[in-house]
Amino acid sequence: MIKATDLTKSYGDFIAVDGINFEIRRGESFGLLGPNGAGKSTTMKMIASVSQRTSGGLEILGLDPNKRGPEIRAHLGVVPQQDNLDRELTVSENLYVYGRYFGLSRKFLKTKVQDLLEFAQLADKAKSKSEELSGGMKRRLTIARALVNEPEIFMLDEPTTGLDPQARHILWDRLFRLKEQGVTLVITTHYMDEAEQLCDRLIVMDKGKIMAEGSPAELIRSYSSREVLEVRFGSSKNAEVAEQIRGLGDRIEVLPDRILVYAEDGEAELAKIHKLGLEPLTSLVRRSSLEDVFLRLTGRTLVE
Amino acid sequence: MSFVNSAVTAAVANAERRQKNALAGVYSGRSRVVLQRGFFALRTSNLVAVATGFLEPLFFLLAFGFGLGALVGGITDGSGKEVTFAAYIAPALLATSAMNGAIFDSTWNVYFKMHFAKLYESMLATSLGPLDVALGEIAWALVRGAMYAISFMFIMWPLGLIPSWWGLLAIPGAVLIAFGFSSVGMAVTSYLKSFHQMNYVNFFMLPMFLFSGTFYPLSVYPEWLQALIQAMPLWHAIQLERAFTLGTIGPELFGHILYFAVMIVVGLVFTTKRLTALFMR
Repeated sequence: MIKATDLTKSYGDFIAVDGINFEIRRGESFGLLGPNGAGKSTTMKMIASVSQRTSGGLEILGLDPNKRGPEIRAHLGVVPQQDNLDRELTVSENLYVYGRYFGLSRKFLKTKVQDLLEFAQLADKAKSKSEELSGGMKRRLTIARALVNEPEIFMLDEPTTGLDPQARHILWDRLFRLKEQGVTLVITTHYMDEAEQLCDRLIVMDKGKIMAEGSPAELIRSYSSREVLEVRFGSSKNAEVAEQIRGLGDRIEVLPDRILVYAEDGEAELAKIHKLGLEPLTSLVRRSSLEDVFLRLTGRTLVE
Repeated sequence: MSFVNSAVTAAVANAERRQKNALAGVYSGRSRVVLQRGFFALRTSNLVAVATGFLEPLFFLLAFGFGLGALVGGITDGSGKEVTFAAYIAPALLATSAMNGAIFDSTWNVYFKMHFAKLYESMLATSLGPLDVALGEIAWALVRGAMYAISFMFIMWPLGLIPSWWGLLAIPGAVLIAFGFSSVGMAVTSYLKSFHQMNYVNFFMLPMFLFSGTFYPLSVYPEWLQALIQAMPLWHAIQLERAFTLGTIGPELFGHILYFAVMIVVGLVFTTKRLTALFMR
């Protein structure tokens, strides 16, 4: 469906995307994970056919986006990082007019707009101005709007950034439904839980390059241990204690505010720490996540 | 679903036919939907702001045409015909109102949509191309300019300020003028980087309005100044509309029409280029 070979984008001297290769299959939910400035959004823009690549190859639905932009975009649904709803129009007009941009007929849109209002749970707000909606509602409307042309590829750039937990879960539910309908999803995020929930397969990007590729479970298996023990000794003592417990677990990682011990069994490692006569202020055993994968790959945390 | 399939298939077939066309990457032939969006948005916009554009030339007509005109008496137009002062300046105000409507929309409104409302960004995420957006937005500014001009004609006509039947051509004339100004206006706006720079547009527009042969013939100026004014778009607009309403038709009108045709094309080319550079980099 989408195939990138040595895909590169530079702005002047700055290389935003540095020769990446990946392939996205039909019906798959594909994630681009990485910190801000990793090149995720630039990659998204090139797939969305609104940004011309500098070099390398990119094929979307078998077409070259540099030459056939409008034609490819007819089959894409794009949810930008920041909502860009039409403030001068009402909620339902936003959907209707956007559908007209795609050349869809009035007749088709009449029912489609109703369906989308239901989908976004905004039926009772149809006549409100889009400005008057809450953040979560705006996000849902932006997503509904991007579905008006029944896209084959649905792209979301940081879909839940800035939403409260409840709004996030509503959104995830909506995205699952789309996936069930066979829509190909392409999602960027810097939330690991989101990537784990939504993505079948993902690439981890940093500084314009791909650091790793695979399913969330595969990545965790190959780059992290099963469990992680997080201990805090207070920011002044962490580094000192780290020296004493080096050698515990598979690997330890010292962050400014806590120490992470990667191990098969976190509780067992905690017991060993107690045995050394050390008393952490707080301790927590959890399953490994993509955050740990990222930390391992880049030596940095995702959200800084 | 099957309906969508056929709609999408038709759209793709259409696009494929156009693919041989050099414009395939920037144009999908759907600028009218951008225009349609303008009509939707008009319903929620500030009607006072819309009305001002119409009232301004009307006030000028009342104050100068009838007020001052009573003192001035008649005036001799280019062809040596004697007309009342009001009939002399009315077509100039008509041309100016077409210009004002077009410029207001293609500068202030376009700037806002470009930088704050992110409207073009969302349009260009669809299967519209930059040329569709440019044409549609320019067409919308044109409609606004033409509406001002036409409503102004409905006031001129009963007042006897359109002595010739050629005057009917002042309507397409106003459309042409509004098209030219909105095309260039949008191109200029797309290069501006701050609201502050928008003042340059006004700085240019006011003297152009006052000195382009609006209230008296150019013959009062020294020759170098006449030449300068004759290079300005509003002078051509006024000459065109005045020739139509007074019925002084001559071959020189083709020159004025050509001037606006060039403005339209140049404006479109630069606007499309600039939209591509801004939103599709």
